[in-house]
Amino acid sequence: MEIAELAYALDTFYFLVCGALVMWMAAGFTMLEAGLVRAKNTAEILTKNVGLYSIACIMYMLCGYYLMYPGAASIEGYLGEFAWLTSSDNAAADVIAGGEDAPYYSSLSDFFFQVVFVATAMSIVSGAVAERMKLWSFFIFAVVLTGFIYPTQGYWKWGGGWLDQAGFLDFAGSGVVHMCGATAALAGVILLGARKGKYGPGGEVKAIPGANLPLSALGTLILWLGWFGFNGGSELMVSNVGEANAVALVFVNTNMAAAGGLVAALLLARLWFGKADLTMALNGALAGLVAITAEPLTPTPMLATFIGMVGGLIVVPSIVMLDRVLKIDDPVGAISVHGVVGIWGLLAVCLSNPDATIGAQLLGIVAIFAWVFIMSFIVWLVIKMVMGIRVDEAEEYEGVDIGECGLEAYPEFKAAD
Amino acid sequence: MKLITAIIKPFKLEDVRQALGEAGVQGLTVTEVKGFGRQKGHTELYRGAEYSVDFVPKTKIEAAVGDALVEQAIEAIIGAAATGSIGDGKVFVTDLSQAVRIRTGETGDQAL
Repeated sequence: MEIAELAYALDTFYFLVCGALVMWMAAGFTMLEAGLVRAKNTAEILTKNVGLYSIACIMYMLCGYYLMYPGAASIEGYLGEFAWLTSSDNAAADVIAGGEDAPYYSSLSDFFFQVVFVATAMSIVSGAVAERMKLWSFFIFAVVLTGFIYPTQGYWKWGGGWLDQAGFLDFAGSGVVHMCGATAALAGVILLGARKGKYGPGGEVKAIPGANLPLSALGTLILWLGWFGFNGGSELMVSNVGEANAVALVFVNTNMAAAGGLVAALLLARLWFGKADLTMALNGALAGLVAITAEPLTPTPMLATFIGMVGGLIVVPSIVMLDRVLKIDDPVGAISVHGVVGIWGLLAVCLSNPDATIGAQLLGIVAIFAWVFIMSFIVWLVIKMVMGIRVDEAEEYEGVDIGECGLEAYPEFKAAD
Repeated sequence: MKLITAIIKPFKLEDVRQALGEAGVQGLTVTEVKGFGRQKGHTELYRGAEYSVDFVPKTKIEAAVGDALVEQAIEAIIGAAATGSIGDGKVFVTDLSQAVRIRTGETGDQAL
């Protein structure tokens, strides 16, 4: 067997395993969100998460992938023949021939890796709109986001579009994936309103504690694990010494940033609130991960820790400010973790990557935010006018588990609320 | 006969049970309850937002005692349940007009 064939097999294998790790992030988001909502809304958030994942996969196959990578594989035209899905993958002869354009992993492995990314972006939305949004309105939005809104801005960067040509850098998706999801969530929450009981008549903020923090901690650690695939796989190659070292650095930096984010958020919560708020520590780890995602390859592990720590220091006041000042009710902190810290991650690229310019990074931030916010706002608004996006007051009080799914997550337990 | 009802901090239950036993009290009924006193509960922070705990978890104990034991029993409860900080609880004493031991039909002090 040719060594090129072996390298092709190794890179394809690496790509697929990383994709599978990212798929597992769906479990992480599901558990994180299930723990931070009240018991009466648990089954519905689980349904949303498994539903959105599956919708994202199907929509990305039907049209998202074509929009995002018009030149990928042997796609003939937008919504054209499904040639790349049915025809043979790369030929061994092309791989062995080598050269600049020689394929070094399976085309389908690329599709697989990309499809789990779009699911991640949509997962971010579900937590922010939890406990009060209609299930089917959410699913309709998922169809549009994963099939159209996400792939369009994905094309601008990763498909070789105008943001890429403008010098905007986003290694694994602080902007394309995380800020995109958070922005769509923000548009939805603005139209949806806060959960009943979140704000008193005088505007005073009330806490609505989550029902199951062990699940949230498990979900965060699952996301932490999945992120090695998210960032590590984005290196796209592992089969030579240089690439293998790069992948190792990406893994280390990803891990250090999460650790830095957690410690920083935990310390800040302790100093600010007087007690060690676990949920803030969990958000801190995720903030560290989001912050390093835009550039996990060029920082040293020390700098990666610092970038993650700043993410953790940003996420706590961001959550409190959204909650208290802007009155944006985000039960899991998704908008702060993925949006506000995503912006920090994109700017932090300039700390270590000499190719980055602050202007191009700002251009990317503004472009992605504007596109996703405006499109999402319009889509949410149309859904709201046609079928409504919010459950009625009685259903919200009873819990959306019974109202939307007709079952309860914990029927044997008597829930306090 | 008197019925002594005491609201105490839950973690003091074992100490109170032991003290009442040593004072000669023969039986005790315990209930987990929630309530508030002069402090009207307290507040906690969740993700930076306050929430109030209006009803604080407490333990209620009830003991029926003969008149001769009342003072000792009250002192036993106070001695065992006091921590000196807020929320230590209260002791209430009410007259008990009758007591019956179901198994034997004994009444009054004999039934306690």
